[in-house]
Amino acid sequence: MSALLLALLVVLTVLAAFGFGPTLAERIQRARRLERPRPRPAAEPVYDPGRERRAERKALELLREAVGEDEFAMYRSLGFLSVLGGAGGRGGYGYLIYPHRPIVAYDTESGELLSEYCVGFPDRAESAHGTRLPDADDVLAKWMSLHGDERGLISGANMHLPGRQVDPGQVRRDLRRLREWEGRRVATAPAQHEAAAL
Amino acid sequence: MKPGHGDVLLAEGDVELEEDGERLVEEFRRQLDLGMWAAVPTGAAGRREAVMVRDFAEVPRDADRVIFFPPASGG
Repeated sequence: MSALLLALLVVLTVLAAFGFGPTLAERIQRARRLERPRPRPAAEPVYDPGRERRAERKALELLREAVGEDEFAMYRSLGFLSVLGGAGGRGGYGYLIYPHRPIVAYDTESGELLSEYCVGFPDRAESAHGTRLPDADDVLAKWMSLHGDERGLISGANMHLPGRQVDPGQVRRDLRRLREWEGRRVATAPAQHEAAAL
Repeated sequence: MKPGHGDVLLAEGDVELEEDGERLVEEFRRQLDLGMWAAVPTGAAGRREAVMVRDFAEVPRDADRVIFFPPASGG
């Protein structure tokens, strides 16, 4: 009797091993995988707000020295820069330069939006801090490239109709703010010259 | 210009001095070899512009600085 029971037990064990073995082994493996800490990718940038703020401060200072006080004041007041296009800026069109957003071309006479140029300056050499330049550096890179090689920059950019990434309503408001800002600057310029002369 | 840094001073010196000049040329070439673009802000107050330079000889003699930045890519 006991021999029969033992044989039955052996048969049941073998059947159970066949029936549940693979599922059990899979569960154990999965549990081991969960226990193992997931390695952090070495290139993953760690965001440090203090470092980013210091970098942005330096970038703003460089922008001020490169573009001059007037245009720097424009950037600080409006959040973008305006550059006239064409030879000597007499092409009848201009560009609005936003940080980390497409460059928007517009007609300087009518204010009509002409196109968006998607262009970036990712630094792929230093992955420890990501590839994104500080905002003011991105604006300065666009400003220098438009002044130094407008055709080269624009021909390498992806061109889209206005409104693809930048809200046309916002751009029109920005063009209005730009005109107002330039108007105020012209109005205050003589007073500043007089003050400087004194 | 560097992510997380802003601008970083790479080299400085007086281009009229032979030793400084060689060092500046060397660093200029190194940056261009790394694929960087180089630009020089120019002009007087109120009318600022910039020129792109691809050779050290193109750098205006009175330039205060050359700014290196990553090349543009279509976004």
